[in-house]
This record gives sequence, structure tokens and C-alpha cells, in this order.
Amino acid sequence: MDYFLTEEQQMIKEIAAKIATEKIRPIRAELDESEDFPWEIMKILAQSDLFGVYLPEEYGGLGGGVLENCLAIEELGRACIGVATTYAASGLGAYPILLYGNEEQKQKYLPVIASGEKLAAFGVTEAGAGSDAGGIQTTAKRDGDDYILNGTKQWITNGGEAEIYTVVAITDRKKGARGASAFIVENGDPGFSFGKKEKKMGIRTSATRELLFNDCRIPADRLISREGMGFIVTMKTFDVSRPGIGALAVGLCQGALDISVEYARKRVQFGKPIISFQAVQHMLADMATETEAARALVYAAARYIDSEAKDISKFSAMAKLFPTDVAMRVTTDAVQVLGGYGYMRDYPVEKMMRDAKILQIYEGTNQVQRNIIGQELNKEYGRIKETFF
Amino acid sequence: MHIVACIKQVPDAKDVRIDPETCTLVRQGVESIVNPHDWYAVEAALRLRDEYGGKVTVLTMGPPQAEEALRETLALGVDEAVLLSDRAFAGADTWATSLTLARAIIKLGPVDLVICGKQAIDGDTAQVGPGLAAHLDQPYTTYARRLELQDGGLLLAERLTDMGYEVVQMPLPAVVTVIREIGDPRMPGLKHKMRARKQEIPVMGAADLELNPEEVGLQGSFTQVVRVFSPPPRCDREMLTGEPEEQAEKLINRLKEAKVPGL
Repeated sequence: MDYFLTEEQQMIKEIAAKIATEKIRPIRAELDESEDFPWEIMKILAQSDLFGVYLPEEYGGLGGGVLENCLAIEELGRACIGVATTYAASGLGAYPILLYGNEEQKQKYLPVIASGEKLAAFGVTEAGAGSDAGGIQTTAKRDGDDYILNGTKQWITNGGEAEIYTVVAITDRKKGARGASAFIVENGDPGFSFGKKEKKMGIRTSATRELLFNDCRIPADRLISREGMGFIVTMKTFDVSRPGIGALAVGLCQGALDISVEYARKRVQFGKPIISFQAVQHMLADMATETEAARALVYAAARYIDSEAKDISKFSAMAKLFPTDVAMRVTTDAVQVLGGYGYMRDYPVEKMMRDAKILQIYEGTNQVQRNIIGQELNKEYGRIKETFF
Repeated sequence: MHIVACIKQVPDAKDVRIDPETCTLVRQGVESIVNPHDWYAVEAALRLRDEYGGKVTVLTMGPPQAEEALRETLALGVDEAVLLSDRAFAGADTWATSLTLARAIIKLGPVDLVICGKQAIDGDTAQVGPGLAAHLDQPYTTYARRLELQDGGLLLAERLTDMGYEVVQMPLPAVVTVIREIGDPRMPGLKHKMRARKQEIPVMGAADLELNPEEVGLQGSFTQVVRVFSPPPRCDREMLTGEPEEQAEKLINRLKEAKVPGL
């Protein structure tokens, strides 16, 4: 399918695909097994300028937007979404600074993120605050020219590996949702440490750790925007980052489909390649159709966001929800097409199925995405005066 | 430090066919790629530049479409690329090719170091690198797996042999051919690739190089391909023994017996 990409977008895809095929695919099983962080690949992505595709040129980026980010993520995800998640999570950590940071903060942090010299991460989730971000317990207290942070963030992607963290903490509990604020914390700040690397079902090369703040003192100029903007920063960040999760899903689907079709054409049972059996053909047809639909939705939402439209939450949530549900089905069916081989760790699809599950959970569970879409529909139709009956 | 890496555009080995009439490679409809061994030459040049400063120029001789191969290397961060293209260059053997490349290197000069891949996957002669050194009248070494610049304009090279490796030292300017062990070629960079798209690639012909038509291409070639065939399985091999002179004499006699033309 031709999505009428520009020459630059095509180049992003080509370079990311080359790295995925030549550098990631050969070692994805090894990374899954060892659970080692993919530093070597992060260095290659940095040298290839991929960390800056969505950042403005004045901060060392390539001047692209959400679509450019999605194209890179998709191609990397086609080989391994553990690696691609690591890449995408740095973007997630950068978005709050890009969207709400002041000029000094942008000048200080974005160029080193764009060059890939430093990885970023975003810390919202806590033990008691997942889908309900209102449950955040981490606090930030103003103390002269500093803030002092206390609390624990949980399951933070790139935790312990990233140098730059954007973190949401409560500055005024009385104000509820309006009492949260976003801060930039650097690895090495006093009182800032990490928990152990979590053992996960999938995307095992990506690092997931606790962020521990124990009287962590940071200068007051690390506050992003104003006090009380924490939830808005978070929501707007997710609005632009969620299509990236959709892109991970599309890449994963394509990777699973590639293997499934190739296998079905070669695997002979009852004297024929199994792709000649309608039962298998129909599975592959559904996998391919849903994958393409997911891709079209991700690209359309990304382009809409890049057009600087305001009402992006619904489409952004859709571009996360649909592709990730598709990815769960497509990877499950990929295991089915490969049968017993698919269940073996010698073949890549069991990893893909394990990896797929997280896509329905992180950056807002798919139930939360449905909430967002439902609430937006309610608001949208509330504004319409005419009747459709 | 000016380093020139020489590359060749070759047919993708995945679908090579030979025309039984002309005994040459069928190039129509076959995708062209950069000779895989030449990526190591480009990488070696870039690593030396990154470490010691200077610039890397990539040079190739070929039809106009060889420009694509040059642009691929520009995407890795190569500074400049030059294409030698002229109808008169067609059909060049390794002598004529290395003469043409050598003349271009003199024109590009001063050049401190020329790096080539160990051989091309189409002809497999491994002669162009050493041929270049001969035409340039410079020292050379082959199959280098490591290169290091030393004080006083010296190049240190580790060259792989069947028995192990040799360490050789030579004054610059020089010519080396490198092997895979020199290091994996880097991935293309987006910024380089975008620059590569627009970068001007000068094209030089025989006249620009001040070469006469009879010195280049088929006319300037001392060899020509008479026949291409699959070699018969190796059997009745015979080892010639004795001092090198003795061995050479025995070999010439055997070739004469076999009525090899020119002997």
C-alpha cells in the first residue's frame, strides 16, 4: 500500500528497516533470553540520527513529527518491540519537555536526546496509581530554590538506563488533579536511585525499574510549565505518544505476518503447503487485513496530530487501542499458523505473542483508551444541536 | 589526511547469470549493489578519518548508474564522491581499470592513503588494489585487518595470512586492501542520507584524466575474457618442489607442454 510518504519519511523507514533487519533481528532471541539492555543497538540508532526524527531542527532534530516517530518505531518493531519500546520510551520522556518546557529546558535537554547521547524516560505510574493517575503519592515540596521529591515510581521503562527523567509529583494535595506538577530529574541527582530490573513476560530486553526518590533535591528550574500542570502535561504527552504504541503494534503485526506467510508457503502437510488450505489462508487474510487497517489508522491519526489539530485525544486513543488489540490477535494466530513450532522458543513467534500483551496495558490500558474515546464521544455529541433521527 | 576508498558496483550475486555467447555477466535486469568487500574499505577509511581527521573521497569507475553506489556510501558519512564514467572505459581489465583509477587519484591529490576491498565478487581478481599501487608507484599491502597511523607519516597494517598475521609498516602515501576483520560497515545516517540526495557528484571522463582512448577500456586492456566455464572438479594435482627458480622453470616447461599461448 502506498501511503504517499515524503522522500524524507521514506528514508526514515529505509534506515530503520535496515537496522532492524541487519542489527536487531539476528539478536532479538538472544536479547529476550539474556534480558540485557540493547545498548549496542541504541548506539547504532543514535549514529543513524533516528532519535531526533520527531524533534525540531533548532534542537538538533530532523524536524519531523508524530508520523516520522511512528515510521521509525514501526520498522524497529517489525524486528523486536522490546528494542523499539526502548527507543520509543526516550521519545515519551522528551515529549513533556518539547510540549511544555521553557526555552532553557529545551536547549539543555532536547539536543542530547535528539542525538541519542542520552536516553529519556517518563515516570507517572506508582504502585497505587496506574489507570487512576489521581492516586499519585510522590510529593515535591518547594524548599527555597529547590524542590524536594519523595516517593516511588513503578514500572518505569528505561528506568536506570536513561539519564533524563520527566516525573509527575504532587505539589499540592488539596487541589486534587490540579495539585500535580511535572519535573525533570537527572540520573545522579542527590536522593535519586533505582529499584531492581523487573522480570517481565515479554519485551524483556527493555529495562523496567522503580524510580526511588528519597529527599531528592533538584533545582526549582526543573519544574516543567507551572505548578499544577502535571496532569495536563501527562495527558497531552500521551495524546502525542499513543500513536507510537499503535506503531509498535503495527510493526509487531507485520513481523508476525511475514513469518506466518513465509512458513505457510513452505510447510507441507497432506502433501501440500498449508497455505493452500482455506483454514490457514483465511487466518492469514484476516491477519493481513487487520494489520493494514491498523497501519492506516496509525498514520491517519499521526498526520492529524501533526496538522496541529486540537481535538486529538479520541483519534490518538483509537490509534493505540485498535492496533494493539489487533497485535494480540495477529501474534496469537501466528503461533497457531506455526503450530508446535510456533510454541517453541526456537521460532520467533512465541516471543511476539508474549511481547504483544504489554501493548494492551502500557501507556494507558485499552480499557482506559475506551474510556477516553467514550468520553470524547459524549462531549462531541453534546455539542451537536441537530438530531440524527 | 585525505583518504580515497575505491568501490565497484557489481551485480547482486543472488541472481547472476552468464551469457553463453559473449561469456560475460548478464547485467540487464540484475540489481546492482556495492561490492560487499568494498564496504569494508569505506568503513576503514571512515574510521581513520574519525580518529585522525581529514576527509574521505569515494571513487568508482562505471556506467552513469554507478552514481547510486556512490550515494549509498555518502549516506554513511563519506565527504565526497567522484564517478569515472566514459564510454571509452567500457571493457577495461584490471590493468586499464587501475590505470584509470590511479590517474583520477593523482588528479584528486594530494591523497595520503588509498583503500580498496580485497576483491570484487564479480571478477574475483584482487588485482586492482595492487595495480593501483603499481601505477601510483606507491607501497602497498593486502588483506589488512587493522590500520594505524604512526608518527612520521607511517602506516602500520596487520595483514591476515594463512598462517596468522603479519605486521607491516610503510610510508604514506600508500595503498591497502582490507578484509572483513577491519570492522563492520556502519549503518547509514539520516542526516548524511539527506545530504547525499542533493550532493553533487563530479563525473570525469578520459579527457578529464588526460588519458588517450587507447590507454583505457577494452583498448587499453592486456587481457580479455575468452571463455567462461565451471572449473572441473580438482583432481590429479601435482606439487612442484625445489628452490623457487627450479619451481618456476618446471612450471614454464609444463605450461609449454600444455601449449599455453605466448610461451
